[in-house]
Amino acid sequence: MSNLSKIAKKEIKEMLTPSTLVPIIIIAIIFASLGDMMGGVEDELSEEQKIAVIMNDEGALGAIAYSVFDQGAEIVYNGTSVQEALDTLEDTDGTSLFIISSDFTENILSNQTGNITVYWMMKGAGIMDSVPSAAASSLLSNVDTTIAATLISYDMSDNASIILDPTSYTETTVFKGKEMDGISPTTIASVLSQQSLVMPLIVMMVIIYSGSIVISSMGTEKENKTLETLLTMPIRRTSIVFGKLLGAAVVGLIMAVIYMIGMSYYYSGLLGSSTVDLASYGMTLDLLDYTLIGISLFAALVSGLGLCMIMGIFAKNYKAAQTMTMPITFLAMIPMLATMLTDFDTLPLFAQVVLFAIPFSHPMIAMRALMFDDYTLVLSGIAYSLIFALVTMFIAVYLFRKDILLTGKVSRTDKKTGFPLIDMMLGMAKKRK
Amino acid sequence: MNAIEVKDLVKSYGSYQAVKGISFSVKEGEVYGLIGPNGAGKTTTLRVLSTLLEVTSGSIMVHGVDLREKPEDVRKIISYLPEDAGAYKHLKGREYLKFIAQFFAEGKEAEVLVARGLEIANLGERIDDKVETYSKGMARRLLVARALMIKPKLAILDELTSGLDVLNAQEIRKVVKSYAAQGTTMLLSSHNMLEVELLCDRIALIDDGKIVAEGTPEELKRKYSANNIEEVFVRAVKE
Repeated sequence: MSNLSKIAKKEIKEMLTPSTLVPIIIIAIIFASLGDMMGGVEDELSEEQKIAVIMNDEGALGAIAYSVFDQGAEIVYNGTSVQEALDTLEDTDGTSLFIISSDFTENILSNQTGNITVYWMMKGAGIMDSVPSAAASSLLSNVDTTIAATLISYDMSDNASIILDPTSYTETTVFKGKEMDGISPTTIASVLSQQSLVMPLIVMMVIIYSGSIVISSMGTEKENKTLETLLTMPIRRTSIVFGKLLGAAVVGLIMAVIYMIGMSYYYSGLLGSSTVDLASYGMTLDLLDYTLIGISLFAALVSGLGLCMIMGIFAKNYKAAQTMTMPITFLAMIPMLATMLTDFDTLPLFAQVVLFAIPFSHPMIAMRALMFDDYTLVLSGIAYSLIFALVTMFIAVYLFRKDILLTGKVSRTDKKTGFPLIDMMLGMAKKRK
Repeated sequence: MNAIEVKDLVKSYGSYQAVKGISFSVKEGEVYGLIGPNGAGKTTTLRVLSTLLEVTSGSIMVHGVDLREKPEDVRKIISYLPEDAGAYKHLKGREYLKFIAQFFAEGKEAEVLVARGLEIANLGERIDDKVETYSKGMARRLLVARALMIKPKLAILDELTSGLDVLNAQEIRKVVKSYAAQGTTMLLSSHNMLEVELLCDRIALIDDGKIVAEGTPEELKRKYSANNIEEVFVRAVKE
């Protein structure tokens, strides 16, 4: 074996460890599941759209429009009541209601655009959620094209602008019980995504940054052999744990403020060009909402730091501590990607449970949920995060009193079930007795 | 009252028993040394006594305080210097001593502790340099100063002069002797037999987690018909 291959072999052996492989595998799994999610949306697109049509026009062009809808989608309602149509769409997971006005044919033939009123059934405000309704809107351009072709074939109009664009439509989006006139789901999703993207990004950055501070602090204390001195001084274990958490939380919150300032400038630039004012549709946050978002962020931060402290206890040195930040990074990335792409409400139950179980999800979900007054989700998220934080801190303080802090592993005599955490809980319960 | 009273101390890591039921006692103001080969259980014993590791079985009393019952009370009267201890590298020497002192006293009292620490460390102008710039000898002197400046009732010193040159080692031994003379009980471990002979009033030889011999250096030399503690060590371990 040449010297080159000996050195290369040593390097590969050093670098290709489980701690370097596992994060890559997890990233691959996350991307694979995202691919599945995208695939799911594509499948939804390839499925026939379910729509409702209220036909008020008795003319030929109205009938053509109806037949275009009928050919391009499954009409689940074709009565005369808007409310019944909307209820049917709700029940059948339909995407849109098209109302062809009574003067549709007459207007076009008199060189005015024929009006179609559209109700979009918006399911979620994520980037992916608005895609199905966007696909249904292609039916409208088909109506335009078919009517234009008819007008030309039968020489029914000599007005070029009407031939090119024979229909107009007024749209209303129905989302979480709110009816918003004159705005499309794509626009709403786009504005909401811009606004609610800030929080997931901030939460992710803050959690990762302050989490790595805590884990690295533990790794460094062990590597520099300062921890032993600290532990033999008259300082309560809780003071050490909370002191470290408080330090990291303060640095994390300073980071959050800096990010928020930067992001607010970024988005004020972006939203400055937007003509949509969500507040006029009742989608606005008041002081209570912002307070709840703050509490949710704080609870998530403390939960994350508690979790990082537990992981830091197992870190033997600074290098090991660095790799231990990976799981926290992934835990923060999962809800960030999920909330960017889709809405919590539109996720399958299993995904909702997983997302709810990750404490970092809650401040990410909170902003959008509060815009639609979903206080139950936000308050239950805060309660869960606080309980999670308390449990992690309790475990951290407990571990600080155990040999594991210095040895980095669970004593074999303590193992009963094969699961260190369960063994630890059993030990705690036994001690309490 | 004895400063340390250890009875049937057992310390296990899983199925491995590092300390197998040792008993010894140390009088107040005494310098007591633990010597033994690598892996004999010296450091484990010192770590248990300094409340870092849990006791598997047995009892330990430190100045009348039950270590298993009230470890936090024991921490108020002891000072532990690990073999490879470090100080916070981003701090300057003086800042490090101040940082430690504030956990033991406030205001003027803390200043007195720091002044004492500065005297023990004897680092001159370098005390205002960052710890990361210190040589091994300087860092060790700072750490010894940290351990002794609070005048603990019991100082637990693991490999006191490990890795130090003769001059640095001698200076540190002088400091330890002077503090022992002022009433601080010293429990130390060392591989340096000369150091043990020079410093310790009594010695315990540990081998394979058990105390195989105990006594003053003179008693041990007589018992093993040896000229020095190194010979005592070799004969005791081979027996």
